[in-house]
This record gives sequence, structure tokens and C-alpha cells, in this order.
Amino acid sequence: MKLATTRLAAAFVAAGALTAPAYAQQLTIGLKSEATSMDPQFHNLSTNTQVLLNVFEGLTKQDAVQRLEPSLATEWEAVDDTTWRFTLREGVKFHNGSDFTARDVIYTMCRVPLVENSPSSYTIYTGTMTDVAADGDHAVIITTDGPDPLLPTELASLPILSADALGAEDEVTYAQGGCEGMGEVPQSPAFNSPDVAVGTGPYTLDEFTRGNQLVMSRFEGYWGDAPNWERVVMRPISSDGPRVAALLSGDVDMIESPPIQDIPRIEQGGFKIVDALSNRIIYLAMDQEGEAPSLGGTNGENPLLDQKVRQAISLAINREAIAERIMGGFAVPAGELLPPPMFGTSDRDVDPYDPERAKELLAEAGYPDGFQITLGTPNDRYINDEQVAQAVAQMLARVGIQTTVDAMTASQFFSRRNAQEFPIYLAGWGAASGEMSSPLKSLLATYDKDAGMGVTNAGRYSNAEFDEILREAMTTIDDAERETLLQQAGTIALDEFGIIPLHYEQTVWAMKPELSYEPRVDQYTIASQVESSGEGSN
Amino acid sequence: MIVYLVRRLGQSLIAVVAMAVLVFLGVYAIGNPVDVLINPEANQAEVAAVTQRLGLDKPLWEQFVIFIGNLLQGDLGNSFVYGRPAVEIILERLPATMELAFVALVLAVVIGVPLGVLAGLKPDSIGGRSIMAGSILGFSLPNFWQGMLLILVFAVMLGWLPAGGRGQTVEVLGMRLSLFTWDGLQHLILPALNLALFKMSLVIRLARANTREVALQDYVKFARAKGLSARRVVTVHVLKNIMIPVVTILGLELGSMVAFAVVTETVFAWPGMGKLLIDSINLLDRPLIVAYLMLTVLIIVTINFVVDILYSFLDPRVRLSEVKG
Repeated sequence: MKLATTRLAAAFVAAGALTAPAYAQQLTIGLKSEATSMDPQFHNLSTNTQVLLNVFEGLTKQDAVQRLEPSLATEWEAVDDTTWRFTLREGVKFHNGSDFTARDVIYTMCRVPLVENSPSSYTIYTGTMTDVAADGDHAVIITTDGPDPLLPTELASLPILSADALGAEDEVTYAQGGCEGMGEVPQSPAFNSPDVAVGTGPYTLDEFTRGNQLVMSRFEGYWGDAPNWERVVMRPISSDGPRVAALLSGDVDMIESPPIQDIPRIEQGGFKIVDALSNRIIYLAMDQEGEAPSLGGTNGENPLLDQKVRQAISLAINREAIAERIMGGFAVPAGELLPPPMFGTSDRDVDPYDPERAKELLAEAGYPDGFQITLGTPNDRYINDEQVAQAVAQMLARVGIQTTVDAMTASQFFSRRNAQEFPIYLAGWGAASGEMSSPLKSLLATYDKDAGMGVTNAGRYSNAEFDEILREAMTTIDDAERETLLQQAGTIALDEFGIIPLHYEQTVWAMKPELSYEPRVDQYTIASQVESSGEGSN
Repeated sequence: MIVYLVRRLGQSLIAVVAMAVLVFLGVYAIGNPVDVLINPEANQAEVAAVTQRLGLDKPLWEQFVIFIGNLLQGDLGNSFVYGRPAVEIILERLPATMELAFVALVLAVVIGVPLGVLAGLKPDSIGGRSIMAGSILGFSLPNFWQGMLLILVFAVMLGWLPAGGRGQTVEVLGMRLSLFTWDGLQHLILPALNLALFKMSLVIRLARANTREVALQDYVKFARAKGLSARRVVTVHVLKNIMIPVVTILGLELGSMVAFAVVTETVFAWPGMGKLLIDSINLLDRPLIVAYLMLTVLIIVTINFVVDILYSFLDPRVRLSEVKG
């Protein structure tokens, strides 16, 4: 270790001597994936959001543990159940020098449905807005068609555009189904130009070469704390091995999600690892709707309909062992769908590992000899997903449930999962909003196309009481009241073993020792939040 | 001759059509793109809206008819992910792949031919044997593993070269090339070497076999008898004659190098067409995958077609037998 430090120090001296001033203050990050467009309203997906949050900002923002903070809005309040009033920050400039006013907010909301060919539209945030009106230059009143307590949270993911840079008229008025004064609305490809991709964020866009790099430089007129880096380069390196190699060889200063198998090697090289619990839960979902496919030894019955069987499955799993041995310690056994103390969690105990009790429960349910089942899992979506599924299968086999693992690439897994082809499957859920209604609404609410509930509830768990409480929570503006309702709903579903939480993934970053980064629960890598702690060569 | 041409053209067309069907069905089988593209928080109505906009709600046969209809008009569709014409996005990546393949080709010839000739002239020497052993390694070790090893040695351990990515580019003839900047060249060496290794082994073996044959020919013996220096005999008399088969093979291999630099580009994060293909497969960007494969088919079918035509000019037997058959 001593030797390594010395050698490292020598390397820094050498690097310091060689580095030309032109490269001073530059941060290069190796990302796992690339933004599909520089238009912040084109593709609503976290890989785009994390990159674009350097250039653009929303009215609100989430800190490292997804608590809501003021950003372009300094404060907000619910005037009544369907009206929100946002006070806008004064003195904020866009990269092109124009002032940030209510007009920009209205323009932003108006443009969302006008973006063509969007693979995943931001209308999921603006769909409920019946009116967006200015109240002077520095306040906006948003009216929704029903109570929408999550609106301020969701607006953190909706970056504000510059009405001037995009060619809006002087007066922009909001109307659902067609705003006025929009002018010629630039489409997404136009955003490759720094003249159009104008935000209020700490960095301005310099250059975006698809597949190769994204270059940004410091915005001197930024309203907040001046960012640390003069220039930031983000490079997409999608394969794990090459991404680690790029860090080890000094090509990049920091990488996101290094494979956990390589972490000892990276630490040996003198690099720093930071990690934190993420908002992503890895869970097992079970078919709870009539006849399940791919079962054996059950005389055509679906044993998963029996709560005792579901409980037996949960008790048969040694979560500690999975977190320690398969996840290399980069996971924490889970008792609910979001790590406490996030909003809506109730500090529920993790189910114990008790194979004896599991066998008893199976016998009570009428399956003393167990049965055969197929466990579906992706093999390239979550950290070590297939290995986790294999371990679960072995643990289930020990209590008599003969489990075959059916692993496949994520794209195929999602299609087959949504077609309900698996009696039991392993998957993950990251709560983008950072609170409990996100997993409850998608994973446990009764599947209902018209209401837009239970989208990812492919096991079709359904409980009327749960649905009722959740619906009430989702229309309750008061935070304390809403949290209690969410806790109640979560407890109902988990008491029935409607879903089996396995573990919370930990997100890992690796970087040069002189850098520091506060790890984010939402797994975002945001360049402006990377700090330089030492005087180092950079 | 005309009959032969028409028949060959017909065969090429059938190959293209067969590939179009296979590619379309194959891509259709690998899952629903909407499941991958859309934000997991989107509700069923939004999923349905995207599905409809991408035309994925229609039955398979109808999608196929639309696809063929557009294909006949030269339109390969819009990328699901980028919302722009697929061909445009692929062509954007073409220069990166072309320069990689070109440099790899040069490396394969410049290193491969002299080594092959050496091994051919002195087949039983230690040098000759080691060259042949090396070429077997080049053939049989997997490409991605060679790439990782190159990165490990030259980037991580020695720190001489960058581990991946493309360097600074300059605009040459309307294309952005990194070949003419120092930074660009540094980035180019490792991936080009990786891509060249297999072809290099091929060239070594070809050059060696031909050298052994040519070295025994009368004109070489005569040149020696005339008292020409060994150097002149090798560079003029041997080299010239072994280059014909080498050039023929490499011409054909260039097509496959451009089309299938996939592994190298992935390992070195090289922003070329192959990397684009892999990314598109992960994102299930069907139009891009189909467009890429169709372009590849077109390139290879065209090269083969041209080669066949050239053969028929060079070798009258081909023409005659084809007319009769």
C-alpha cells in the first residue's frame, strides 16, 4: 500500500508537470449510457435527465437524497386542491443573456406536447395541467384537473427552456390542446446547436458528438454557486471493462457504475470509491391472477394465490447472503419498496430467513412436497441480476420449490414480463419521484388501463382496500397526511406478501482520489456536483 | 454476356429481398421497443400512444408491407430513439468506421506482408516459425480479448496510449476525420491494431505460402544467377508476384471490415457504425438495426456482383459455362 501511494504521488508529479494549462480545470466523466438528444423535452428517461441537468434546470430540484429543494422557483404553495403557485427566482439569466421570467415557464409547458417523435414524452408531467398563467413576471399559477400533490416533485424533472432562444412571441398563453404565441417551435435535432440548447444551468453546451463526447463549459453568469470545473467532458463508454480501463489509464477522471467485481482492483489502483443506497428496489413479483403459466406439480392450480405460499417464498430467501456474497456488500436487504427514511416508508422489518417455517407454511398450504416453477429474470439490467435469480432459485429449492431460472436480455424480458409469461419474476424499480407512491402505483395498484394504474403490475396483485387508500393518498395535498396513507397502503400489500422485496441496490462511482462526489439516491451523475478536494494536478 | 449480367443481377436482387424478410422478422422477434424506450412511470395510455405512433400496433404483415413499400422508395424509416432518418444517423458514423478500417488495412499489409515474406523465405528458421505461431494466435484468440489485452498493456500498465474513444477530428473533404491530428492518431492506433490483427494473420499466411511458391520459380532463380542482390530479388521479383492474391483477398475483406468492426468498436468505445448497431440493439431501435443490416447486405452483394463481373471479363470460361447453363 505504501509503495502504491508513493508511485501514485510520483505519477501525479509527472502528470502535473506534463499537463498544459489548457487542460487545467477539466473534468472528464465516463458514463454508462448516452443522452439520445440535447433537447430536454425529447426523451423522458434518466440517462438523458442526468446529462441535461447540467445545462438546464427545473423549477424545483432534488438533493442527493431526493428531498425537494428550490431551484428556479424559490417557493411554492398549494392555493387550493387544484391550484399551485410558484414564486420564481429573480435575477436569473439564460446562457444567451435573456432574463428568466414566467413567460419561459409557460413556453416550456406549452412545448411539451409539440415535440415530435418523442420516444417517451414529458406529457406525463404536463397532462394534468389545465392552465399555466403568469402572475406578474415572477410568479406562475398552475391549475390541474384534479388534486396533484406530486406536481412540485415532478417539475424537478422538467427543465425550463428559454422562450427567446426558441423564437417565441412576446406573449405566450397556455391552453390545453394549443397554446398561442409559440412562434416556429424548433424540433429536437436543432438542440445540437448551442444557440438553441439554452438553459439557466451551471454549464453551457459546447459540442455534442453522438457516440463520442459531450463538451460543456462553465456559465459565468450562473445565479447559484459557481461550478468547480471550467470544462466538462462526458464520454459514453457502455461496456463495463473498457469503462474501468479508461479510469485506470487516466483517460477519464470519474466513472459511473463500475462492475462490483472490479472494485477491489480499482481501489488497489489508488482510486476512490463512493457508494450510496439507491432508490432502486429489487423484488420478486408473483402471478396472483387465476392460472399461472410454467408451473408443475400443482394439478393445474396456482399455488401463488395462497398467501401462505407467498410468505414461504419470502422466508426461504436469505437476503443477507445475497447482499453479502452475490452483491459484494453493495446491496442492503429490503423490508419495503423504498429505503427508509424516504417519504412514505415505515421502517418495516426485513423478513427473516427461516426455511423451516417456510416448509411448514408450504405443508399447511397443501404443498408438503413443494412444486415446480420458472423464475424469469433479465441478465443485463440490474447489478448481477441473473446471479441473484440463481441464488433465489437454489434457496427456494431447499424448501421444496423446484425453481428453473429463465434469464434473458432486458429488452426481451420486459416484453415477456408484460405479456405475463412468468409465474414469478425478478425485476427492479427506481422511484423517480423519491417517494412511495411511485412503486405502489406502478407495482401493486390493481391493473387498470383507463385509470393508468398498475402499469408494471404484471403479477396482477389486487386489493380493493389498498387501491382505495392509495387513491386517497395520491389526491391528498397535505404531506403528513399523505405520508400516513402511503404507509398504510404499503403495509397492507406487504402484509399479504403481494410482492417480495429482496434488496436495495447500491450505486457506485469510482474516481480519482482528489475528487469527491456526494452519491445520489437517484443514481444520477451530475458534473456540477463533483468537487475537487485536493490541490492535485487538475 | 447480357444474359449472364441479367442473371447475376437477378440473383443479387433475390439475395437482398431474402435478407430484407429475414432481417425484418428477426428484429421483430426480439421484443417490444416501447417497453425499453418509455419511462417506466408512463401509464398505459401513453404506452399505447407511443406504440401507435411507431406503427407497432398494426399486425406483423401490415408492418412488413409498409416496410417493403418504404424500402422500394429508398426510405428505411425514422429511428425510434433519435426520431431522425435511420440512414442519416448511420452515415454520420460512417467516417469513423471507414478510417478505422482503412488504417487497420494499412497496418495489416505493412506489417503482414514483410513478416509473411520473411517466413516464406526462411520457413525453418526460428524467426519464420515464431511468425507462423504468432499468426495462429492472431487467428484463434477472440477479438474482444485481444482488444482488452491491448488496453491493459498499452493504456493501463504502460500508459502510452488512451484506452478508448475517438480523438480530435478535423474536417477533410466534408468528413470529420481524426487521422490527421496527433491526438486522433493516438486514439486510433490501438483499435486499428485490434481490428488489423486477424487480417494481418491472414496476410502473413497468404504471403508466406505464395513466397514459398514464387521463390522456386525459374525467373527468381534466373535473377539470382544474374547476380542481383538478395534485396532486389525479394523486393522486385518476389514481392510483386505475391501481391496479386493478397490484394484480391483484402479487397473483399475490406467490405466485411467496415461492416463488422462491431467488436473492436465496442471494446474501444469507438463511435463508429458497429458501436451504433450494438447500442441500437440494446435499445431495440428497429429501424436503425434494419437499416444497418440492409446497408451491409447491399455493400457485400454489390462487391460480390462487381467481382463476379470482373471475373467474367478476365476468364472466358465463366462466361461460356454460364451462357450454356
